[in-house]
Amino acid sequence: MNPSTLASPAFFSVDGLVGVVFLIMVAITIVGGLIACNSERLVRSVAGLVVCFIGVAGLYFFLNSPFVAMMQILIYVGAVAVTISFAIMLAAPEEKKKIGPSSILAGPLGFATAALLAGGFAVLALRTEWPILKKLNDGSMKNIGLQLLTDYSMVFELVSIVLLVAILGALVIARQGREN
Amino acid sequence: MSLLGLYNELNTYLVIAAVIFGMGIYGMVTRRTLIGMLIASELVLAGSSINFMAFNRFTAPDPVTGQVFTLFIMAIAAAEAAIGLSIIIAVYGHFKSIDAEDTAQLKG
Repeated sequence: MNPSTLASPAFFSVDGLVGVVFLIMVAITIVGGLIACNSERLVRSVAGLVVCFIGVAGLYFFLNSPFVAMMQILIYVGAVAVTISFAIMLAAPEEKKKIGPSSILAGPLGFATAALLAGGFAVLALRTEWPILKKLNDGSMKNIGLQLLTDYSMVFELVSIVLLVAILGALVIARQGREN
Repeated sequence: MSLLGLYNELNTYLVIAAVIFGMGIYGMVTRRTLIGMLIASELVLAGSSINFMAFNRFTAPDPVTGQVFTLFIMAIAAAEAAIGLSIIIAVYGHFKSIDAEDTAQLKG
């Protein structure tokens, strides 16, 4: 992007160390995602999801937003992954039946679809010349808070209502299932 | 372009996001159980969030917008997980299975 940053940093320097940490984060993300979508047991899949989310939080840190990185760990790892593992304990029986894709074609076809989509997006991203605009502010946590309560206050309230309705609905649906 | 300077490139993040999105799609297509599909959909959301954050960091004039959007994606993902998991628990109470093929009561 910026020509001055394209120079290769030395390995034993601060920039080189940052690059190494970034590569480790990318590796954590990719490996976690692979575990999440390939492992045979659901519990391992959730563990892979947690690893992947921690790597994604590291990527957010590299993208200049420690606040969103913290929220990623707090919400995804702390709430969503724990909820999913609770549901696995409540609902998932140990697989008595055959595991794996339902038909022989599902694996290769799914892989082809995913590879086509991912490759298409990647090529599209690499071939496009993205315009770089001048920054209006520094994107700090103070600015996020200010805009969240001024420009985006309507969306903020709506998301709160959606969360409230979702929690109540989840309670009602799970309870009805139990009475049956 | 060197390997250690990759963290300062927009394209790196876009490719990572595309790869995670693809893994999510793969999981959604091939998983048998409903919880597995839900986990895969979380991967898809994570990929799109990385995309928003990357554009927010490198190209957007206002670097708050992408972060706020990612926070809203997180809230929607949490709501989706809560609703989806309660539906899965209700389905399990009814069918005693969370396999996507067993929940076929309306099939003629």
